[in-house]
Amino acid sequence: MCATCGCSEDNNVLVIDPSDRGRPIVLGQPVTTGEHEHEHSHEHSHETPARPPAGTTITVEQRLLDKNDRLAERNRGWLDGRGLLALNLMSSPGSGKTTLLERTVRELHDEFGISVVEGDQETLLDADRLKSTGCRVVQVNTGAGCHLDADMVSAALRTLDPPSPGLVFIENVGNLVCPALFDLGERERVVIASVTEGADKPLKYSAMFHAASLVILNKIDLLPYVDFDVTQFDEAISSVSHHAEQLRLSATTGEGMDGWYNWLRSRVG
Amino acid sequence: MVKARLNSRSCLSRRSSEGGGFRMHELSIAERVVEAVTERTGDAHIRAVRLEVGQLAGVLADSLRFCFDVATDGTPLAGALLDISEPAGQAHCSSCGADFAVDDLILLCPCGSADVQVIAGQELKILSVEVG
Repeated sequence: MCATCGCSEDNNVLVIDPSDRGRPIVLGQPVTTGEHEHEHSHEHSHETPARPPAGTTITVEQRLLDKNDRLAERNRGWLDGRGLLALNLMSSPGSGKTTLLERTVRELHDEFGISVVEGDQETLLDADRLKSTGCRVVQVNTGAGCHLDADMVSAALRTLDPPSPGLVFIENVGNLVCPALFDLGERERVVIASVTEGADKPLKYSAMFHAASLVILNKIDLLPYVDFDVTQFDEAISSVSHHAEQLRLSATTGEGMDGWYNWLRSRVG
Repeated sequence: MVKARLNSRSCLSRRSSEGGGFRMHELSIAERVVEAVTERTGDAHIRAVRLEVGQLAGVLADSLRFCFDVATDGTPLAGALLDISEPAGQAHCSSCGADFAVDDLILLCPCGSADVQVIAGQELKILSVEVG
C-alpha cells in the first residue's frame, strides 16, 4: 500500500484483458512495480491542505460529479484525437446488449474497426463472447459497483488500445438507474429495452431514457408471444425525451439491424 | 489515509449475507463528499456539511443520509451534521417560452409541447462545510 495516499489492492475494480487474464489492472494501484515512482491510474494531490481554524464555515460550491465529469472530458478528447466514436450502451440486465454487440461486430467489423469495453460486476463471460467475434475487448469488473465511471473507462481504454479510426462500444453494467449519472466520455448514449420488459420502463426509469440519444427496442421477434404495447412504449419515450431517436430490431433474427447500422454510419460520417 | 479506509470499507458492501451485494450510487456520492471535503480541509474535524441535491438529480436524499454515516466513519467527517437542500424541478418550454414546475422527468409543458429543457432540480453539489 502507498503510505502517502493509501492506494491499496483493497480496491474492487479490475480491468482485465481476456487474452492476459492473469494480470488484471487494479484501479488505484501504482502502475509501476519495485521502486515506488508514484504513478497512479487516478488523479489526486498528495499535498496536505492547511488546517482551517475551528468554527469557520468554508464555502465549497463544488459539483459532486465534477471529478468524474473532468475525467470524462479527458476521455472524450483522448477518443476524438484518435478518431474514435464511443457509445455508452445501457439497459437493464437481460435486454440483449451483448447479443446486439456480437451481431454488430460480426456484420460491421470489416466496415469499421470495432472494439469493446465490457462492464460487469463479475466474470469474463461477456468479454469471452465478444472476443470470439474477433474484436478487441477488455473487461471491467466493478466488484460491488453498480455502474462504470470515467476513471474505470480511462484505464480500460488504455488497456484496450482501440484500433483507430473506429467505434468503441462501452457496455455498461446492466442497471437502468445509476449509469445515467456518470458521463464516461462517450459521444452517444444508447439505451436498449426489450419487449419482454414492461412498456412503461421509460416512465419508471425516466432519468436513463431522458439521457439517451437513441432508444433501441430489442427482441421484436417475440412480439407475437408477449403482451407488449409498442405504442404505449413509444409514447412513454416521447414523454421523457424530446430528442431521443427510436429503433426496433431483433438482434437474434437480424430484423431491423440495417436501421441500427445506418444510424451508426450517420454518426461516424 | 482516508482513501485506504474508504477502499477497505467498500468491501463491506461487496458481499451481503445473501451474496452479491449491490453498491448503490449514493454510496459513491457519499464517498465523493468525503474525498472532496478532505481535499479541502485535510484532517480538520468537520461539524457540518451542506449539500444541494435537486429533486430530479437521480439521487435519493434519504439513501445519501444513510450512506453518509457509512462513508464518513473513521474520517474527519464522522458524526458531522448532514444538511441537504432539495431544490424543486423547473423546466423551460422552447415552444411557448414558459417556465414551469416539474415533479419528475416526464416533461410536458401545459401548452402541450414536449420540447422542454430542465433548468433546475438536477443540482448535485457541496455548498459548504463547517469546521468543528
